[in-house]
Amino acid sequence: MNANLAIEARGLSKYFGDLRAVSSLDLEVPRGKIYGFLGPNGSGKSTTIRMLCGLLTPTEGDATVLGTVIPGNSKALRPKIGYMTQKFSLFGDMSVFENLQFISEIYSYPAKDRSTRIGELLLKYDLRDQRDQLAGTMSGGQKQRLALACAVLHHPELLLLDEPTSAVDPQSRRDFWSNLFRLAESGTTIMVSTHYMDEAERCHRLAILDRGVKVADGTPQQLQASTGMHIVEVVGEDPYAAQAALIDVPEIVSVTQLGVRLRVLIPISVSDPTSLVLQALAQHRVSAAAEVTHATLEDVFVAVTLKSAERVT
Amino acid sequence: MNSLSRLFAIIKKEVRQLSRDRLTFGMVVGLPIMQILLFGYAINTDVRNLRTAIADQSATHLSRQFIAELAETQVVDIVSFVDTPNVLEAKLRKGDVSVGVLIPADFDRRVTDSARAAVQLLVDGSDPTILAVANQLSAMPLGFDTMVAGKPNAANIEVRPYYNPERRTPVNIVPGLMGVILTMTMMLFTAVAIVRERERGNLELLINTPVSSAELMIGKVVPYIVIGLIQIALILLVGWLLFDVPVRGSIVDLYIAAALFVAANLALGLFISTAVSTQFQAMQMTVFFLLPSILLSGFMFPFDGMPKLAQYIGEVLPNTHFIRLTRGIMLREASITELASELIFLAVFTTIAMIAAGLRFSKRLD
Repeated sequence: MNANLAIEARGLSKYFGDLRAVSSLDLEVPRGKIYGFLGPNGSGKSTTIRMLCGLLTPTEGDATVLGTVIPGNSKALRPKIGYMTQKFSLFGDMSVFENLQFISEIYSYPAKDRSTRIGELLLKYDLRDQRDQLAGTMSGGQKQRLALACAVLHHPELLLLDEPTSAVDPQSRRDFWSNLFRLAESGTTIMVSTHYMDEAERCHRLAILDRGVKVADGTPQQLQASTGMHIVEVVGEDPYAAQAALIDVPEIVSVTQLGVRLRVLIPISVSDPTSLVLQALAQHRVSAAAEVTHATLEDVFVAVTLKSAERVT
Repeated sequence: MNSLSRLFAIIKKEVRQLSRDRLTFGMVVGLPIMQILLFGYAINTDVRNLRTAIADQSATHLSRQFIAELAETQVVDIVSFVDTPNVLEAKLRKGDVSVGVLIPADFDRRVTDSARAAVQLLVDGSDPTILAVANQLSAMPLGFDTMVAGKPNAANIEVRPYYNPERRTPVNIVPGLMGVILTMTMMLFTAVAIVRERERGNLELLINTPVSSAELMIGKVVPYIVIGLIQIALILLVGWLLFDVPVRGSIVDLYIAAALFVAANLALGLFISTAVSTQFQAMQMTVFFLLPSILLSGFMFPFDGMPKLAQYIGEVLPNTHFIRLTRGIMLREASITELASELIFLAVFTTIAMIAAGLRFSKRLD
């Protein structure tokens, strides 16, 4: 076990009957980093996170989390982990303060420091005005801040966040991420699952999951550099016609429309992707400009999930 | 040390949530009062004033004296005199009367003849309660002033109800009703306790904290034991104020028995809670246990009169044993040591149900 790794998973798998929710997942999450877990719904993100904190028993494989082997003594692990569930799981009929107090008691936070710590969290997560409000009556963003405050109350070494931003507005998401960066700077390892590309781009490292299989792994820059695809951006007056012209070209693996622009993915083996695109457009008498551009994470995502779909079929 | 403080944290949380849940809070107080009023006033097995018709074919001094004594019992209310047995039967069939008394022409002679019945009672057997009362009537002593000397009338057995001489229903009902109310409320509260947290997602958070299964289970049960004891006080108070139901034995004994019984039901409720996946299922399961607790526990029907199979089922229900305890302590002035076997059953039942619930509730989602 590498001491610099917070999580090391080896061949982690979980089957629910015939459904392979996660298959032979290898993971290396470095300490003190924000590790992203990107994938569509049903790709096995939640299942993986639940296995890592001991909520689910892996069907095969194991993982070392903060030096503890899973499956096994997850009890020893609990005080070191903070977990934020996908669905709001605090007590709606208790106030913000009462929820924080309950969590502090459950984690046996030193009694004399409790009120100081709760005050600190109320301030840090901007919940002072909601201190005595029932948690169930708060907005999505407020609930999410409370959930994060509760998850970090006991100073966990590892924070597992299961799609924490799926129910909040963009401003709240931005604030949430600046909180995560602050936590990572102070040494907390964070594993966060998401299906937002812009969030994935903020992670130090990330893994892309598709149908339970890890299809890519690395820093966002590495992933963008290693798509194995040319990205050709096509700008024209009639993107529909352009798309129709390009979709049947055998070398083109994907055409995605973004407003008036089209992003066209062509394998790296094609030597001159721009002229391939322009030729196809000219054949269909569509006038548009085309140029090669850098891959975004979305392109990476499209490219790797396409490959994985080919492998399945 | 940490374990104890976590336990207190759970208890505090439960009490806090309970005090904010108006519906549950209303059930704690409202349900016992509603039930006791319902059972105390509406259900009355005291039989008085059964409508009765008499066909006196003898019409002698002796027969008139018999009719007068019959009327004095107040069990019957003589509404009409008819001439023939046929009319008596017709009236019975139409439902005009519940009891028909046929006094044959040779009544005077029959009274002295121990081999033959002096009077025939025609009884509407479609109502079991009336039939039972008529059976008692048949044992009425024919204590005529003109008592024909020397007749050894062995069938004339006097019935003397002990412990409830006035034969008032609430006195019998209230001790048993305590068991029924507690079965209903206690089991329901805990049956939904864990499932509700599962449905709301709280459980996923809780099982990721250092809280152990045992702490969670015990922490959820303790507040309800207190509530159960409050309910008992309420039932006893209302029973005493409205229906004059006595507690003849020791109130401490009664509370010891009640605490054990409450624990048994809470443990069963917890077990249900770990076995079902929605609150609705939990409620269905509660009803599933509640019905036999009412019907087979001796609350409604005399335990000894039930078929063997029903008795076996009744024996494993906590309510059966609790009703024996409460009737013993409250009405017969029995001490708890005389009823030790019932207490032991409740203790064993609680332990088994608690362990079963603890085993079923694993701190995992799969």
